[in-house]
Amino acid sequence: MLMMNIKRIVRSGYRNFMRSGFTSIASILIMTITLFVITSLIFIQAALSASLTDIRNKVDVTVYFVPGAEESSIKNVQQALEKLPEIKEVTYTSQDQALSDFKEKHANDYLTLQALDELSDNPLGASLNVRARDPSQYESISKYFETDNVISKGALTIIDKVDYHQNKVVIDRLTSIINGAKRLGFAVSLALALISIVITFSTIRLIIYMSRDEISVMRLVGAGNQYIRGPFIVSGMLVGIVASLLTLILFIPISIWLGNQMTDFFGINLFSYYKSNFIQLFIIMLGSGIILGSISSAFAIHRYLRK
Amino acid sequence: MDREKGIVSPALSAFLLLLYAHMIYFNNVTKKYAKDENPSIDNITLSISPGEFVSVVGHSGAGKTTLTKLILAEESPTDGTVFFESTDIHKLSNNDLTGFRRKIGVVFQDFRLLPNKNAYENIAFAMEATGKDDEEISEDVPHVLELVDLAHKSFHFPHQLSGGEKQRLAIARAIITQPDIIIADEPTGNLDPINTAEVVNILKKINDLGTTILLTTHNRSVIDQIKKRVITLENGRVIRDDKDGKYML
Repeated sequence: MLMMNIKRIVRSGYRNFMRSGFTSIASILIMTITLFVITSLIFIQAALSASLTDIRNKVDVTVYFVPGAEESSIKNVQQALEKLPEIKEVTYTSQDQALSDFKEKHANDYLTLQALDELSDNPLGASLNVRARDPSQYESISKYFETDNVISKGALTIIDKVDYHQNKVVIDRLTSIINGAKRLGFAVSLALALISIVITFSTIRLIIYMSRDEISVMRLVGAGNQYIRGPFIVSGMLVGIVASLLTLILFIPISIWLGNQMTDFFGINLFSYYKSNFIQLFIIMLGSGIILGSISSAFAIHRYLRK
Repeated sequence: MDREKGIVSPALSAFLLLLYAHMIYFNNVTKKYAKDENPSIDNITLSISPGEFVSVVGHSGAGKTTLTKLILAEESPTDGTVFFESTDIHKLSNNDLTGFRRKIGVVFQDFRLLPNKNAYENIAFAMEATGKDDEEISEDVPHVLELVDLAHKSFHFPHQLSGGEKQRLAIARAIITQPDIIIADEPTGNLDPINTAEVVNILKKINDLGTTILLTTHNRSVIDQIKKRVITLENGRVIRDDKDGKYML
């Protein structure tokens, strides 16, 4: 009996959906816009998170040592630093390495290279590049270099400068800009998503309003409330399913275009993001489509099923 | 449709038991749509027995449609009670109301067919709603379509049918569930004389097979064709109730 009813409800919902023609298309389009906004929200969040990580990875602290500092004492400092839990890695650049890096960087700058040749000694000092596990820890790491004995005895005398404070302002500003953009983006997309959900809801409400006479006829020929409600909910679900498939297809060319044109800007290739998260996105869209469609229908029909 | 099935079944014993009882009983019923308005139904008391063919006549606004809406529990009375086989139908719960409506077949002036379903499905829907199994449906529906002469239009949608065909389809839908009573609210209002005569003939046939019929109309020829009990309404009151009625207004 239950199976028979479910079968009938699904069949009748499917037929209504197929035969309603224009009204089905209208609700699919509106629902597609909603799902489109929701998916864009996910994409924007992904792009902003990617640029934030990207910028965070560019943050580091370099400790420059005075020229002529003993390599062994620098190695001591390096070993001491590597023991600190906040620090991810420390890379050593020797004086010679620094010189050849400098020459390579200024390979086209003949004047600078000539001036460098005039000097008998290597003017560049060795350096340690320090990367923290978390960008917020650079502040405390840089403080290690301000007091002697913390790292290793006599370390302060050979340290020329620590460039953290120069980078700090830029890094902080970028971080706050991106965080702000992320928050703003989230708020805007949330508002847009809410608006389109309300529009979808109202569209489905209107469509069911158009069926109110049909609903009263169903009641008069003795159909129970469940039996009347069922097919409308099934139609709503079908709208959600078709709209989510449509959105998925729409995002293929969009993400390819964004991937080709905007990868540098976002710091992430949105097409590969789309490909690698396809299953999750599919489930999110299908889920929101089905839930939105069925709940809107259930709500909209409720008022016509009262006594 | 095979009415014999219904008559030899337990329906027969119920029918006999209720033969001398009322099927529908209006007890001092008043219905006002707005507080300060004149009532659409003004303190009506009347009874309809099983097997009767009752015509209700009156001008537009006399209260005919309100009367049928009260029986279908589409509207509740402002005052008084409406009984169907001794139950007060306006005290039924939503679930019981569904069961109650399955005992009534309805036919309207504007047909009220389901636009997204074809002729076959429109009739099948009424059976599906009452939980009949598929086998029974595929057996009964063609039969009843045959009865109203629509077998060749089973797969036509309502907008592809003429007015007379739509009304015959609506009647087929009303009788498929073998209801105790058929309420026909101006069923001939939108039909030409030939289709009108045909619809009235079908209703008479159904009544001859034992189903109670309540028909509202303002068509004189319909009343003259039926020659059964006529209740005349005016301004919400019963002004005549004739056993062998004629159209008098």
